[in-house]
Amino acid sequence: MQKLDAEALFQTLVEQMRPHVTPDTALVGIHTGGVWLAERLHQALGLKHPTGSIDVSFYRDDFGSKGLHPQPKRTEIPFDVEAAHVIIVDDVLYTGRTTRAAINELFDFGRPARVDLAVLVDRGGRELPIAARYCALTLPQPLPASQNLQLETDAAGALTLRLIDA
Amino acid sequence: MHNPQLNKHGELQHLLTIDGLPRDVITAILDTAAPFTEVAEREVKKLPLLRGKSIFNLFFENSTRTRTTFEIAAKRLSADVVNLNVSTSSTAKGESLLDTVDNLCAMQADMFVVRHAASGAPFLIAQHLLATGRDHIHVVNAGDGRHAHPTQGLLDMYTIRHYKKDFTNLTVAIVGDVLHSRVARSQIAALTTLGVPEVRVIGPKTLLPTEVERMGVRVFHDIREGLKGVDVVMMLRLQNERMNGALLPTPQEYYKVWGLTAEKLALAKPDAIVMHPGPMNRGVEIDSSVADGAQAVILPQVTFGIAVRMAVMSMLAGQQGSNK
Repeated sequence: MQKLDAEALFQTLVEQMRPHVTPDTALVGIHTGGVWLAERLHQALGLKHPTGSIDVSFYRDDFGSKGLHPQPKRTEIPFDVEAAHVIIVDDVLYTGRTTRAAINELFDFGRPARVDLAVLVDRGGRELPIAARYCALTLPQPLPASQNLQLETDAAGALTLRLIDA
Repeated sequence: MHNPQLNKHGELQHLLTIDGLPRDVITAILDTAAPFTEVAEREVKKLPLLRGKSIFNLFFENSTRTRTTFEIAAKRLSADVVNLNVSTSSTAKGESLLDTVDNLCAMQADMFVVRHAASGAPFLIAQHLLATGRDHIHVVNAGDGRHAHPTQGLLDMYTIRHYKKDFTNLTVAIVGDVLHSRVARSQIAALTTLGVPEVRVIGPKTLLPTEVERMGVRVFHDIREGLKGVDVVMMLRLQNERMNGALLPTPQEYYKVWGLTAEKLALAKPDAIVMHPGPMNRGVEIDSSVADGAQAVILPQVTFGIAVRMAVMSMLAGQQGSNK
């Protein structure tokens, strides 16, 4: 696989989203990579509402077999979800199960007018009928399940993508 | 040594007592409780974690607050909750504890929340489930005799951590009827496990267990001396219903000597918090001006108790898969 330049992909994503967002659009990042990405997008797009964050631990569909994930983070939605235009942000789109959980959790805060999905990379391997409206890169070949694509960030907020063996 | 509360992976299987619970398990429960506190502010105060699970509140002894907060916690996790007030039902007709349990197991119980006047009753149920190969069913002790009340101890730790951040530089005083108090035993076990350097127990000799010092606490028989410079004051309820014999003169005299008044509280640090597990006897162990004062965190304790019980129940129910 070619080396992925996360910062270049980030710029691509910003340009894709820019024509479609208004200052009233709200972002919600999925822990942990999606939160970093959402914070950068918030800045780049000049949005008004504070960015939300979701940890889907309490909504996962594998609780029955895997149990509770250790150290769940706090879900914080610091804006009124009712009638809002919300974009869920995640670093990598894979099976779609995390997105499903995030949508469910979001609706427990109110009824948004519209929900979109923005991701840096679509790695293929979907198990649910979910697609990203904004996506900087779709891998031509789905990544094998044995590999993990992970977003990382440094102290200055610069993004890098790392491929690791699961 | 085998710890009956942990499964073979070292995960929580039952919550029976804080005594002997590893520090990292206690910390994990407190960490897990934190995100649950936020659910109360949502439009839909429900999480789907325990959907389809049946939780039986098995109360052989009266309780309002504990049973209600367990019920709310279970319902916020989407579990089906059945409340059994056993003191007025089958037991009165002569059914044994384990027969009651077997019958509820036949109704597909996933978890028992047990309160019993006899110390060790929840442990007996846990042993029985293990011996009969039903270790997918979990037991939470909601107070047994004078032994333990672990979720109360945990919610107290959550409250202290919320206000004081760090356990390792605190002086904590537990005041009152330690002798009859399962809450005090759970508090002492939790505080010492979490590394609180000084735990004090303050009370009249007749209401302190013999050799209470062996639990790792400093004993004071003078409340003014004991409260000096403490960060946390944990009041205990005077347990009239458990008294037999003349341990006390009168409630009025008890108040005069041992009741927490503003004047006595002034001896603690200025930012000390005041806790009480409820129900309070105003004018006996605590004065109204303190109970309703700025330093009291008694009602936040109740709210945190829901999140802590949600954490315990979801951690227990989530162990099922790894057992299989």
